Amino acid sequence: MVLTVLAVSFLTFTAFSVIPGNAATSILGTEATPEKTAALEHELGLDRPFAVRYAVWLGDFLRGNMGTSYSYRIPVGELIAGKLSVTMTLTVMSFLMILALSIPLGITSAMHMGKRRDRLIQVTGQIIMAVPPFFMGMVLTLIFGLGLKWFTPGGYVSFQDNPAGFLGYLICPALAIALPRSAMSGRFLRNSLVKETPLDYVRTAYSRGNDSHGVFYGHMLRNAMIPTVTFLAVIVPEIVAGSIIVEQVFGIPGIGRILLSSISSRDYPVVQAIVVMITILVTGMNFLADILYHKLDPRVGLS
Amino acid sequence: MNGIMMKTKRQKNRISTDGSSWSFRTGAVITVVMMALIIAGFFWTPYDPDAMKGSEKFLSPTFLHIMGTDNFGRDILSRVLRGAGTTFIIAVVTIVCGALAGTIIGAVTSYIGGVTDEVIMRINDMIASFPSVLLAMVLISLLGTGKYKIMAALVIVFIPSYARVMRSEFLKYKNMDYVCSAKLMGAGPARIVTRHIFPLCVPALLSSLTIGFNNAVIAEAGMSYLGLGVQPPDASLGRMLAEGQAYITSSPWCVLGPGIFMILMILGAGLLGDGIGDRMGGH
Repeated sequence: MVLTVLAVSFLTFTAFSVIPGNAATSILGTEATPEKTAALEHELGLDRPFAVRYAVWLGDFLRGNMGTSYSYRIPVGELIAGKLSVTMTLTVMSFLMILALSIPLGITSAMHMGKRRDRLIQVTGQIIMAVPPFFMGMVLTLIFGLGLKWFTPGGYVSFQDNPAGFLGYLICPALAIALPRSAMSGRFLRNSLVKETPLDYVRTAYSRGNDSHGVFYGHMLRNAMIPTVTFLAVIVPEIVAGSIIVEQVFGIPGIGRILLSSISSRDYPVVQAIVVMITILVTGMNFLADILYHKLDPRVGLS
Repeated sequence: MNGIMMKTKRQKNRISTDGSSWSFRTGAVITVVMMALIIAGFFWTPYDPDAMKGSEKFLSPTFLHIMGTDNFGRDILSRVLRGAGTTFIIAVVTIVCGALAGTIIGAVTSYIGGVTDEVIMRINDMIASFPSVLLAMVLISLLGTGKYKIMAALVIVFIPSYARVMRSEFLKYKNMDYVCSAKLMGAGPARIVTRHIFPLCVPALLSSLTIGFNNAVIAEAGMSYLGLGVQPPDASLGRMLAEGQAYITSSPWCVLGPGIFMILMILGAGLLGDGIGDRMGGH
């Protein structure tokens, strides 16, 4: 896990170092003179060898200093701290929505396997799966914002000003991210439940006099959850990526906007910091999934 | 108990036959219609997609303009057809190049095995565990924006998933008896991989190509929506959505046309892929 984060940070650092274009000249713009450029390069530490720069960056990062933004000239940590928490809230909300939607739907679908209710859920799921999250955001804006007037599009309030309003505003974006993924994971759970049905232990459980309800919740669900947990861990990065885009639809000042502006202004310390933070988040989630995996299925060892 | 078993068996059969042919047929119909529209759009569109008309701004859908007109008075259907063409080409190039590179990586690493395999697959997993849109954004920030840059970025993003699928497929057949006998008969590695193992991996490849197509369409649209993908004057569904969003209150057809077209493209390929996957599982 630590190795992955190190490798990603090294790779992005290398990538941003080898690309053409000089950060110092792009900051100075038209005012660039050779002397000024050299001075700024020295100030930013760009005149030192690559290995030294990486070591310095890594050391600073571990001490919580993520460098200074080229274009804003303030520490990156300050710049992204508030934004990261907005994006994190959005991500967690959509993840909870995925759990709340996909598990009951997957179970209902599997319990009525092949019947009308199952078919209805499957077909609706197929259609929802085909909707890209940002377009789903627009559709939700049309329905809930403009049609039903449940929220004001673009009426974002910060957590400090109005915590309830903040969470209320995030419901629609979170739903836009969650809906397509819920359809996917619900279908995944249904299929893994269906796969359990013909197995011997299910027959044994029935022959011991359990009713189908007991067999379902007591025996099959636990086994079917194992692959589903892996699937849920795999979609976490996609939820983060989805929130970067969906934030733009709803005008939420999260990590997405700052990432976009730093990509277009080539503000690499900011991009680098965001990339590494997201890597830490993703590997952390995978680690949690591994632990949960072990809890669900004791046969799986923790390595 | 016997009744239960029979019931589950019968239900299982019903799903695998009815379900798969339903999704295969529906998917095939949607895909054929969308493909026909897109291919037609390369040669002919109802209006010039770039022709602006000041007097015809924000017309709601009518028979003359089936999807209405946008803020410059351009016909949305014509732009959708042209934009879908761009999206389609980018998606196809992405999955074909990605699948080609992924297959080669998967075949070589699974055949060589050992440390090379371990190292390459570790790197592969690392890239795969990273949010795909974010990776594409980082690559775009390195490469710059534009039609070809986004293709290059998406190919890199898509290689790992194919490499993983193909590697596990190759591993499945690598130690089969018939491969051993082919080796004994003097076939070299290249012949074994291309002639004896690869044909068996084609169904899995096809199924992941349709999934990849959908992911590529969504990724391209997302990037273009953010302004990092296709640049004007090229039309793209994602860009149209970004431009139309400003007028969503007064003229929602500016986003509904491109959005619904994109959903149908993805839905068709998705259902088709499901159908192929289910039929494959039956063998």
